[in-house]
Amino acid sequence: MSVSSATEVVDPVPGAGAPHLPRQPDLIQLLTPEGQRVEHPEYAIDLDDQQLRDLYRDLVLVRRWDAEATALQRQGELGIWASLLGQEAAQVGAGRALEPGDHAFPTYREHGVAWTRGVDPLHVMSLFRGVDNGGWDPVATGFNLYTVVIGAQTLHATGYAMGLQRDSAETAVLAFLGDGATSQGEVNEAMIWAASFSAPVVFFCQNNQYAISVPLERQSRVPLYQRAAGFGFPGVRVDGNDVLAVLAVTRAALAAAREGQGPTFVEAFTYRMGAHTTSDDPTRYRLASELEEWKLRDPIARVKAYLSRSGSADQDFFDAVEAEADELAARIRRGTTEMPDPPGTAMFDQVYAEQTAHLAAQQAEFEAYQASFEGGHR
Amino acid sequence: MGTLKQFKLPDVGEGLTEGEILQWLVAVGDTVTVNQPLCEVETAKAAVELPSPFAGTVTALLHEAGATVDVGTPIITIDVGGEAPDGDAAEPAAGLIGGAAPGGRTAVLVGYGPRTTEARRRPRRAVGTAAAATPGADHSPAADVPQRPPLLATAPDMTTKPVRHGGLEVGRQAEAHAASVDAAPSRAAEQGRRRPRPLAKPPVRKLAKDLGVDLTELTGSGAGGVITRADVEAAAAGPARVAATASVTELRPTPATTAGEQRIPVKGVRKHTAAAMVASAFTAPHVTEFLTVDVTRMVKLRSRIAARPEFADVKVSPLLFVAKALLLAAAKHPMVNSSWDEAAQEIVVHGQVNLGIAAATPRGLVVPNVKDAGRLSLAELAGALAQLTETARAGRTAPEDMTGGTITITNVGVFGVDTGTPILNPGESAILAFGAIREMPWVHKGKVRPRQVTQLALSFDHRIIDGELGSRFLADVGALLSDPGTALAF
Repeated sequence: MSVSSATEVVDPVPGAGAPHLPRQPDLIQLLTPEGQRVEHPEYAIDLDDQQLRDLYRDLVLVRRWDAEATALQRQGELGIWASLLGQEAAQVGAGRALEPGDHAFPTYREHGVAWTRGVDPLHVMSLFRGVDNGGWDPVATGFNLYTVVIGAQTLHATGYAMGLQRDSAETAVLAFLGDGATSQGEVNEAMIWAASFSAPVVFFCQNNQYAISVPLERQSRVPLYQRAAGFGFPGVRVDGNDVLAVLAVTRAALAAAREGQGPTFVEAFTYRMGAHTTSDDPTRYRLASELEEWKLRDPIARVKAYLSRSGSADQDFFDAVEAEADELAARIRRGTTEMPDPPGTAMFDQVYAEQTAHLAAQQAEFEAYQASFEGGHR
Repeated sequence: MGTLKQFKLPDVGEGLTEGEILQWLVAVGDTVTVNQPLCEVETAKAAVELPSPFAGTVTALLHEAGATVDVGTPIITIDVGGEAPDGDAAEPAAGLIGGAAPGGRTAVLVGYGPRTTEARRRPRRAVGTAAAATPGADHSPAADVPQRPPLLATAPDMTTKPVRHGGLEVGRQAEAHAASVDAAPSRAAEQGRRRPRPLAKPPVRKLAKDLGVDLTELTGSGAGGVITRADVEAAAAGPARVAATASVTELRPTPATTAGEQRIPVKGVRKHTAAAMVASAFTAPHVTEFLTVDVTRMVKLRSRIAARPEFADVKVSPLLFVAKALLLAAAKHPMVNSSWDEAAQEIVVHGQVNLGIAAATPRGLVVPNVKDAGRLSLAELAGALAQLTETARAGRTAPEDMTGGTITITNVGVFGVDTGTPILNPGESAILAFGAIREMPWVHKGKVRPRQVTQLALSFDHRIIDGELGSRFLADVGALLSDPGTALAF
């Protein structure tokens, strides 16, 4: 049984000698887990120090938000939380690749993308607290509401992209999905439509290795990015824990979409370090050794190492980001616990742009029912 | 003393009703910070750490480790200091989760649950609706009885479980029930007042079912007539328990509760073992072959080997020789050291032997393996085996030591038994059981002599290994043990 060394980066497959995936000469990487910049012939990136520091700040703040949300769920303040731990680089890299006019269609885990689109974390928290269905403006932020139905957003994204095409808009759509969603019919339909119409959509798949508990090798006999060939558009595999590579690859894919070259499938090869959601126990289907191996590929540590080594940031900067993260966490905690419960009638307000007569009758009936209790309704 | 705050057990999964406190990570008097882990709680879904929502000093742990606590019950009190930071959250009783479950608390389905003040259903206003509620009356079970039985309650007694799954069936059941009620309006009257569905929480219902207690026979001692866990336990233990009443038309077989019966939840290593055994037994067609071997020469060789200086620090056990014999025979017959890859429709012949040793530990059966055991010298193998079993018995076997095994030995002889039909460790193709070595009458050089004799049993996956190969392999292991000198020929 061969044991791959921890520093080997061409094969970031967990589980020593895991037979299910071959070595990966096709993995695009610009920053190694040790924080070394490497060049790639097709995907160049040139960021100044400030831009690098901004990416680092995004990663740290998003992780801190995620940690606070997980704790708040454990304290009974959220109904559930889907943690992004380990996938920060994939999300921040993809989110920062978007132009202001572009539109993203997330799953329910894209808190890092929400952050890059300027969505207030509290608007995401209210969704997981069950207070509303997501409080942000999808049009203003270019970030659609979360979709819990696995893969359904890829159809929405493709349809939206086809609409942009008909408007001759020079913008692109970024559709998020997970490895598990690639087994869904909707996703395959979306890709076929996107290919048929050369829709300006990029399918950004965060392959975090598990569809809840089902490992990738149970779902696909080939690396996911190779599936794109079957649909007739390019597929690329990028190190999803390398924010620079994700940024470069996604930028290129979105640019191609805007230019009318049609869709691209990006497989961001990453790992969900936490549970699927707070209702899940990953120790029942994953080995601790696998987790340990992925810890060595942490998406934040490598950026920090690079910033320190290249002199692009000093300790004061790192301390300031930490302090900002703590402030953010405190704001999220306070804002979440103080969220007022919505009135029961709120559910009638946002179903249609204009309320139908039928719904208005239901609302009246509901209000009368609530009023039938002593003390009235809240 | 500052403001005291209580942390109530939240619903850490979706729709959980209770959790077991596995251990406390803080003690009374400890200073805690926000998000510092307070305790570990195991629910039906996972074991998780609960982080503190408050910063302050722990003044009381309200439940001991090992206690099963309902969601919403306070578990810890923390003194958060002089002033309450958030005015409205100052008083512990007004916490978000339904307090100590006063009257008729509804199931907590979201993390922060219903407010204590609304745990009681508010009485309906005395308006002329069709509702049968008595104006201003407390919400009692009797008042809850609908005029028409609930659609899915399929029988007046609660012993028949309503069909709840599979949309069509539910629909049919509901339709049939509604039709029968409509067709026979007098039936309910004949039976007199229909008994209400007894009020009890789902875990209590489960307990009652497990203990064979009929909830309709009980009077709840909880607030609002809710049947509690204690009521069910008392009914199960009490002499006054009535097995059947006239109204229960169909007797349900109750689980036999013989005196002293113990029910052990299946979890941990036991659960894993059970799953692995079932998976193996029903996936790989097993064949088991037996061989009785005169190992007198091996026993003699053992004392000579043990006397050698390189074996001074290691135990030279019969298992060591069996392991060595198996490794030599496996090198000669590499196909026994293989796996069936169903997905790929391939037989994987392993390049090295990762030798598993089944070990009985306080936690149950574990099978750690020695990686690439074929490369080890006899002394190295002895050391590796000793370390493996010692680590396993201490319960510290690392996950990687338990995966990747390719062939296994189970030493049933240490328990004094002769042989068995071992079940393959899942993914492997062969397992050798090694029995007790006994002094037996044996025909040796034409005469009956007392000899050291043992039995070997080899189970193999018949998809990969034919009878011929299995037999040759077992015969070779036997030959090496009965005449260790033949090892030179391997």
